[in-house]
Amino acid sequence: MSQMTGTTGGAPPTAGTPLEREARSSRTLKKHRRITPYLFLIAPLALLITFTFVPAANLIWYSFTDWDGIDLEKEFVGLENYIEIFTEPEVFRVFFVSLYYIGASFLQMGIALYFATILSFNTRFRNFFKGVLFFPYLINGVAIGLVFLYLYQPDGTLDSLLKAVGLESATTAWLGDPDAVNVSLAATSVWRYTGLNFVLFLGAIQSIPNQLYEAADLDGASKWQQFRFIIAPGIKRIISLSFILAISGSLAVFEIPFIMTGGANGSSTFVIQTIQSAFQFRQVGFASAMAVVLLLIVLIVTFIQRKLVPDDEVNLT
Amino acid sequence: MSNLLRRGSRPTDALRFPQRENHRTRAAIATFLKYLSLVLAVVAVLVPLVAVFLTSFKTREEYLTTGPLDPPENWFNFENYGIAFTQGNMLLGFANTGIVLIVSLAGTVLIGSMTAYAIDRFDFKLKKVVIALFLLATLVPGVTTQVATFQIVVGLELYDSYAAPIALFLGTDIISIYIFVQFMQSIPKDVDEAAMLDGANKFTIFWRIILPLLKPAIATVVIIKGIAIYNEFYIPFLYLPSEELSMISTALFRFTGPFGSQWEVISAGTLIVIIPTFIAFILLQRFIYSGLTQGATK
Repeated sequence: MSQMTGTTGGAPPTAGTPLEREARSSRTLKKHRRITPYLFLIAPLALLITFTFVPAANLIWYSFTDWDGIDLEKEFVGLENYIEIFTEPEVFRVFFVSLYYIGASFLQMGIALYFATILSFNTRFRNFFKGVLFFPYLINGVAIGLVFLYLYQPDGTLDSLLKAVGLESATTAWLGDPDAVNVSLAATSVWRYTGLNFVLFLGAIQSIPNQLYEAADLDGASKWQQFRFIIAPGIKRIISLSFILAISGSLAVFEIPFIMTGGANGSSTFVIQTIQSAFQFRQVGFASAMAVVLLLIVLIVTFIQRKLVPDDEVNLT
Repeated sequence: MSNLLRRGSRPTDALRFPQRENHRTRAAIATFLKYLSLVLAVVAVLVPLVAVFLTSFKTREEYLTTGPLDPPENWFNFENYGIAFTQGNMLLGFANTGIVLIVSLAGTVLIGSMTAYAIDRFDFKLKKVVIALFLLATLVPGVTTQVATFQIVVGLELYDSYAAPIALFLGTDIISIYIFVQFMQSIPKDVDEAAMLDGANKFTIFWRIILPLLKPAIATVVIIKGIAIYNEFYIPFLYLPSEELSMISTALFRFTGPFGSQWEVISAGTLIVIIPTFIAFILLQRFIYSGLTQGATK
């Protein structure tokens, strides 16, 4: 976000006061300003409306019907779908699954913050470590799913590692045991996304001016104090953004559990259930209501975050 | 207290002043722990990948008899790669991904830069509304609205054709618009005005002047968006069910069916998908990092 406005400056000075320049440019712009901008916006707006706003509006409408996705008739059923979501224990369960991913994303931010901090100071092989930590984020989700399916197999990589260090008793059916499955999947998610948090934090830490550390060093501040009083406040904004992405991301988890378990053994998430209801069980109305609930939760979380950490710089102009 | 004072005057005499000694060992321990944690992280990242890499070179028999972290007997056994490529439809997956990738990237660059041009260089009545629409769209997570988007795609008769993923990649990409707007703000408006005095109209200015100046931003968008499209799973999964339209993700996902427990082949297929990403990463590291910090923080 700070980067967003950071590059605004830099227009070379031209003749005349800023006011005169402003007047001149608005005069030249006036001629074409009626329709030209709209010509540039036709395609983008058409796509945005067709594939984001119309679906969002339809979603709300479907959520009050019992539509199966094929029928020409959509019967209005009022709040029935919503009542079902909050009373059906099988459906409500998925919220608890989200808790695993929320927990995992906090762990992930902690790990990312730790490595971002130590790697922004002098460290040997810094670029190597940076690259290794970040690379998983770029890997195809299906490939990650298969890599971890192999890792968690009975007698697979993880089991043989545990045996090698004498922890044979700790092995379990990582993806078959309902007690372990969500931890295993959430760990996969940590493996996949830590790199993104890490790079974002690293970028933010490196934008803190070096003099601050030098001054702190002169004052005899310890590394912990430097972290606490320089780094943490300096990257507050990106941490707060990461929190909201973590929570909305945790609610919208789909790929990893879908690819690895198909939602079996109690690992189904909100999005998996939504998609299964819609496309497998042809309950489009019900699935839409689920999607609306998820959308509302995400909007509420975003709203709370914006209230807690106001951010005026999210602005397109 | 007195220790502290004296330490300043005789800094080398560590033995007589145990606190200093203490300080030095503590620093050494801290450094050791730092590198230990880094090495552990590297191991945690690499072990799952290494196991798959090793397995991809093993024969069926070797896979069954050796542990996942034992090296293969023959490092040049590319048989599994051959099977994955030919029977696993990987070549087709790459071709389809390539087509969708090129068209979507060209479209994203064009649409993103046009939007940015209109927003940054013009004053018009509905500007605030347009900006609000784009901002609002960032709050709607794409995967949640698929239930309804699906009906639209079917209604427009785009289902099960290249057009479906292309339209969706173009229509839902807000991040590239952000990157273009941000970059365009750094191009002085005088450039446009000079061109206008020379008689260029808005479209010529956009096409001849702005677009070429946007090159660095275009590179960023192409890289970030390219990686995202290459890795995309649910859009091809939902909208391209035909096997001959498999993209790389769905081609690999199909491996879980016919190859079932043939992990040596699945491993080879997985690596075939990962290797292009790895090469791109090695070549483009710097741009990927900076592109992400620009894109993800919006």
